[in-house]
Amino acid sequence: MPGPAPDERMRPKGRRNTQGIRVDPEAEVTHEPRQAVLSALVKHRPGVLSEVSALFSRRQFNIESLTVGPTVDDDTARMTILIEEPEPGIDQAKKQLRKLVPVVSVRELEGEAVRRELALVKVSGEKPDDVNAVADMYDGQAVDASTDSVTVEITGSKQKIDAAIEAFKQFDVQEIVRTGAAALERGPKTLEKDV
Amino acid sequence: MSERASVPKEEEEAEPETEQEPVTTGAQSVIRALENAGTDYVFGVQGGAIMPVYDALYDSDINHVTMAHEQGASHAADAYGVVTGDPGVCFATSGPGATNLVTGIADANMDSDPVIALTGQVPTEFVGNDAFQETDTVGITQPITKESYFAADSDTVGDDVSEAFALADAGRQGPTLVDLPKDVTQGETEVEPGSSETPETYEVPEEADDENVQEAAEALAEADRPVILSGGGVIKADASNALREFAKEYEIPVITTMPGIGSFPEDHELSLEWAGMHGTGYANMAISNTDCMLAIGTRFDDRLTGGVDSFAPDAEVIHIDIDPAEISKNVYADYPLIGDAREVLRQLFDAMPRAPDADEWRDQCQTWKDEYPMDYDTPDDEPLKPQYVVEQFSEMTPDDTIVCTGVGQHQMWASQFWEYTEPRTWVSSHGLGTMGYGVPAAIGAKLAAPDQEVVCFDGDGSFLMTVQGLSVAVREQLDITYVVLNNEAVGMVRQWQDGFYEGRRMASEYPWIPQFDKLAEAFGARGFTLESYDNVEETIQEAREYDGPSVIDAHIDPGENVFPMVPSGGDNGQFALNEDHLDMI
Ligand SMILES: Cc1ncc(C[n+]2csc(CCOP(=O)(O)OP(=O)(O)O)c2C)c(N)n1
Repeated sequence: MPGPAPDERMRPKGRRNTQGIRVDPEAEVTHEPRQAVLSALVKHRPGVLSEVSALFSRRQFNIESLTVGPTVDDDTARMTILIEEPEPGIDQAKKQLRKLVPVVSVRELEGEAVRRELALVKVSGEKPDDVNAVADMYDGQAVDASTDSVTVEITGSKQKIDAAIEAFKQFDVQEIVRTGAAALERGPKTLEKDV
Repeated sequence: MSERASVPKEEEEAEPETEQEPVTTGAQSVIRALENAGTDYVFGVQGGAIMPVYDALYDSDINHVTMAHEQGASHAADAYGVVTGDPGVCFATSGPGATNLVTGIADANMDSDPVIALTGQVPTEFVGNDAFQETDTVGITQPITKESYFAADSDTVGDDVSEAFALADAGRQGPTLVDLPKDVTQGETEVEPGSSETPETYEVPEEADDENVQEAAEALAEADRPVILSGGGVIKADASNALREFAKEYEIPVITTMPGIGSFPEDHELSLEWAGMHGTGYANMAISNTDCMLAIGTRFDDRLTGGVDSFAPDAEVIHIDIDPAEISKNVYADYPLIGDAREVLRQLFDAMPRAPDADEWRDQCQTWKDEYPMDYDTPDDEPLKPQYVVEQFSEMTPDDTIVCTGVGQHQMWASQFWEYTEPRTWVSSHGLGTMGYGVPAAIGAKLAAPDQEVVCFDGDGSFLMTVQGLSVAVREQLDITYVVLNNEAVGMVRQWQDGFYEGRRMASEYPWIPQFDKLAEAFGARGFTLESYDNVEETIQEAREYDGPSVIDAHIDPGENVFPMVPSGGDNGQFALNEDHLDMI
């Protein structure tokens, strides 16, 4: 004797959104993506970068940039990872990173953290003086020059670098390389010890 | 030689503490690390790059079981880990040996089963040069292990293995791998492996924050329609008893997930059995309508939740888990309690101000049990129904009988129609859904629990994928009863094709399969055939009584499908009880 058919059964009143969060049917809550700067101390050994980047690609987190370099401690490296995700995704990214064995600590840096990126821009060498003038405007400097090209170095925020590159377009940009952001918390806080 | 190694040791307890010979090679250090960790069995296949490790094993009391395929080695180790709770160990050589292990490692990873895989590797100087039988094993397995180690030095290789062992077992269990270059295992060393410790960066929370526990307890006590959802983590944390005490004291209905089968006795009146795609109608109704869910050790897999938007939408969720990353990963947790399930359940038990007032709700759950019984049609003239075979077998065997399965319809019938009452008696491939899991898993399970009866329900498709494992069961004289629920098809696929692809049965019918009883005999096992209701009990009885592996080729109704069913991404409360319902939802 089968019980009531699907449409005749007792039904719940509530609802969740696709992120598994219960929602008030009147006021739909969805988390909009935001940018987060994650900073991680990791063991300095082969394979760590691939472990971290594989984690992000497997979980389909969109990485804006990822930089890595040594710290004062020979055994640890520091990664700065910029992601753009809705809140639950950022939370997952932090937790999943923490689970990786070579990861020592992970923190999301606050919005006002010091963030810097480096770009090298190679442009045509036809108007070296004009190139220098534009470089000056962005606190950049020429680091290499030949008869055919000038290479300029710029550091700063992503916005500043975007703007500089835009300005250099008038000189026939031949090549660009950007490092992605490196970031540190303002004030005395460090990743190793909470202040 | 595995035959040497698999001869049972005499009177283990009586054995006096013998002085261990100091290690002289990396390989000996590897074996010493396993001995120190208490390893009894290793499942593996020989090969060039792993040979030094096998050579060191020659002098060890650890039993080695030579498998017929490395996939079987990793599944056997997995099942061994599920049944004992301690890591199962598997060995493979480099290259193809290591890649054959991968399916079993990925399977263990999805189900949080403790497994250590040790793989041979080409000598360090050839690594990266595409040498004979080289493959980037660490690279391949990194995403499917808790950690994969590349052993770089004979002096530290023992420590790597010790650490891998500890890590597999710590916190949320899972697989680890150590890749062993041949020069590292052959290399001389006098360094004994250190004690088994997890890496310093790996932290395991033990207890949940008291204040959080108190808040959760109050929410649960306030509930009108409470349920407990018990996942595989309850079994892994050995928290089944704590769960039973908790549920009985506060009279809260218990639903398990599929990996949680056995964590709560299915014959208890508070049990609603398991929920999800093919779970019971009553469990799914309760899931759908609860207002407070105490979820323990579950990762809210989509086969359980259906679409998360319709999953327990009225419920406040209290989530106990040892892995912080599981909190709010798929379903938002209103009360996250991070810690060991047994500890946290004890805390919660003490913190409960009173039992929830849920008489009406329990009556409602009972009504659902009456309305949606687990049922099937058995007119006498119909071909044999698989459910009947499972049900009969279940009635004939002791409570601690271990059931292993392949993946498909037979797996669902084995979980639906067998009555589970004890933890670690349900051994199946959940997260990865690996066809071929059953044959080798039963081998691992039997060696882990030689005094318990072991039965494996398999599908004809799944059985064929790892049938060579029968040779191992025969050689080791393992008393396992394999039941092939033979529908001459990869039935689960055919069911979906009939339901969702207009019956276009592309590549799902297998009318060319062998006679499994004869195949069994060819391997040296006993073979039986079942074709009708007449001799089900006698055949099962004979197979059980045969002292060694037996295979029952059960020719079941090829048209039988698995119900209830929540279609993929569907709403748990809208399960279909039959084909007609599928059109309605
Ligand atoms: C290794 C692997 N390949 C393919 C699948 C896809 N698949 C899921 S269930 C199923 C059918 C299994 O057939 P069988 O073992 O005969 O069991 P039945 O469903 O007939 O009981 C298939 C092909 C799988 N789960 N695993």
